[in-house]
Amino acid sequence: MAADDPKIPQDPTPLVGAATDIAPLTHSGPPPAHERTADEEAGLVDWEGLAASAQFRSLLKAKRRFVVPAMIFFIVYYFALPILIGYARPFMETRVFGPVNLAYLFALSQFFMAWIVAALYVRAAARFDKMAANVVSQSDSRK
Amino acid sequence: MTPALGMFLLFVLITLGITYWAARKSQGPAAFFTASRRITGWQNGIAVAGDYMSAASFLGIAGLIAFFGYDGFMFSVGWLVAYLTVLLVVAEPLRNAGKYTMADVLAYRLNPRPVRAMAALSTITVSTFYMIAQMVGAGALVTLLLGSSHVSYEAAVVGVGVLMIIYVVFGGMLATTWVQIIKAILLMAGTILLSLLVLAHFGWSFANFFDAVTRVSYHDKGTLVTKNFLEPGLRYTAANHGALDLISLGMALVFGTAGLPHILVRFYTVPDAKTARVSVVWAMVLIGSFYIMTTFLGFGAATIVGRDKIAVSGGNNMSAPLLAQALAGDIFFAFIAAIAFATILAVVAGLTISASTSFAHDFYTAVIHKGTERRPGEEVRVARVTAFVVGAVAIGVAILLGKDANVAFLVALAFAVAASANLPVIVLSLFWKRFNTSGAVIGLATGLFASLALIVISPSIMKVDPAGTAAAARHLIQHAPIFPLENPGILSIPLGFLGAVLGTFLRRSEPRAEARFAELSVRANTGLGAEKATGE
Repeated sequence: MAADDPKIPQDPTPLVGAATDIAPLTHSGPPPAHERTADEEAGLVDWEGLAASAQFRSLLKAKRRFVVPAMIFFIVYYFALPILIGYARPFMETRVFGPVNLAYLFALSQFFMAWIVAALYVRAAARFDKMAANVVSQSDSRK
Repeated sequence: MTPALGMFLLFVLITLGITYWAARKSQGPAAFFTASRRITGWQNGIAVAGDYMSAASFLGIAGLIAFFGYDGFMFSVGWLVAYLTVLLVVAEPLRNAGKYTMADVLAYRLNPRPVRAMAALSTITVSTFYMIAQMVGAGALVTLLLGSSHVSYEAAVVGVGVLMIIYVVFGGMLATTWVQIIKAILLMAGTILLSLLVLAHFGWSFANFFDAVTRVSYHDKGTLVTKNFLEPGLRYTAANHGALDLISLGMALVFGTAGLPHILVRFYTVPDAKTARVSVVWAMVLIGSFYIMTTFLGFGAATIVGRDKIAVSGGNNMSAPLLAQALAGDIFFAFIAAIAFATILAVVAGLTISASTSFAHDFYTAVIHKGTERRPGEEVRVARVTAFVVGAVAIGVAILLGKDANVAFLVALAFAVAASANLPVIVLSLFWKRFNTSGAVIGLATGLFASLALIVISPSIMKVDPAGTAAAARHLIQHAPIFPLENPGILSIPLGFLGAVLGTFLRRSEPRAEARFAELSVRANTGLGAEKATGE
């Protein structure tokens, strides 16, 4: 054991708070890719140029054209349920199939509404993925 | 040993085996925090469902429907619809632009230290409140489910707490993910079996089933009444501002689910944004099917077991287990009880890992040490210690509160904080160029404190109890409630957005934040430069 070696004088400083106890606050080498901060990576890609490119703008536009109406639709459809139940109860108690009333069917339809909107989004997103791939390949070709 | 206890122990053994496997497999921070981002789409989808469907869903909503019929079912709709916000707005940008926590996305453009400090505070608040609610429920539930094995409330709480600490400290995200996957599969299997048994009971006829639901008899304050359980109004009435309260709850769900830290961290466990999208879809299929089947669980319990019997055998949370017992005997009861137990464990493990990730990554490394680990592996070590501390605190608080404590409002609070504090700043930092640090900090603070304050003056905490109410169940403040709704979302969400917008205009625009907007937008929308899967 090195510490017991009589040739080495004992270190009198306590372990905690000793000057030698302070580890350097930075990495010794360049940080690996996943630890680079945004600042360090800023120079690698021309973000401003990409953001201004026609491809990227049309991707944003296509996304917005799907997402905004979809959000508005599902929010209106969903909040119609508590609003109708709260303020138009007799209408919602109308029976449709045997004992099953409009209130139950409307609540049940919410599940299918959510699934259909999700399915439509997945279909649209396949198109967004292609457009995004175009933007990325454009950045590669510029390097 | 009762069958229920045997099945509990079997589940514990299997999950401990998984933890051992995960602990040997995962090395390094990406493995601990994100399971090396190698979880596949369907696996993550099932895990999201397992993370999300708490005992409050499985036992609580079945009980609400068994007791209040249609109103309980209407309550369950929002839990699925909320995933559309996750799918359309949050999941993919978050995966593309972040690393371990939701604050990563905020810190991209804004001054990282104040923003991460506030985001960590909000994350830890949401997770601990939610966890305490789960732990108190777990303790009460395990004592009920294992009734004949004489497990005390304290022992049950400590058992659940210790298990969740073991999963997270040793197995990290990988073990947590697989515990959630197994739990979700068990939960779906149990729910499908139970629904089929209910339908079989009614001769496989929907007509017979719904006929029975229109004529449910029970004793209300001593008199026998028969109600149509398909009609609204048994719980939410004009007198208790039912419609407004439901709208408020709906807002907390629709905007809050996409701000729940323990759900958001799940999207970092997959290789890319496309897989994150696929996993939301998987989760929506499972969650939706589950909540549709609560029709059979809840109405089945109301018609086959009856509200009177449930009320004297442990209360509405016992509806689903009692239904299982009535339909298929003690072994099936034990199976459903074990599923409820698995459900709690999977959810609390998810909460623990999200709270400790946020503390280690956002607060310890980024705020205290200005963004650099002093030693490699320090962040993971801090997260492990945090998981232990968070677990110990949750155990202590749950034991202090006792099993009769009214903690259901803590879940409402968690969703309200997520919706009013987290979601506004996530959305504004992704989509509003002018948004700045002061907007994020003030927005997070307004959302957090508005939700807390509104809950304190709501009927959940502030209410005059009738004489003779048990001490543990009494409301904290004996005064007529100032805010009439149990769910603060309808007011706290606009306040959160308002705080974020006003906070932004309080300070001049930050040139750095605006310059970074282009970069964040490209990253979030294309996945360029996103974190890659690691290992192997």
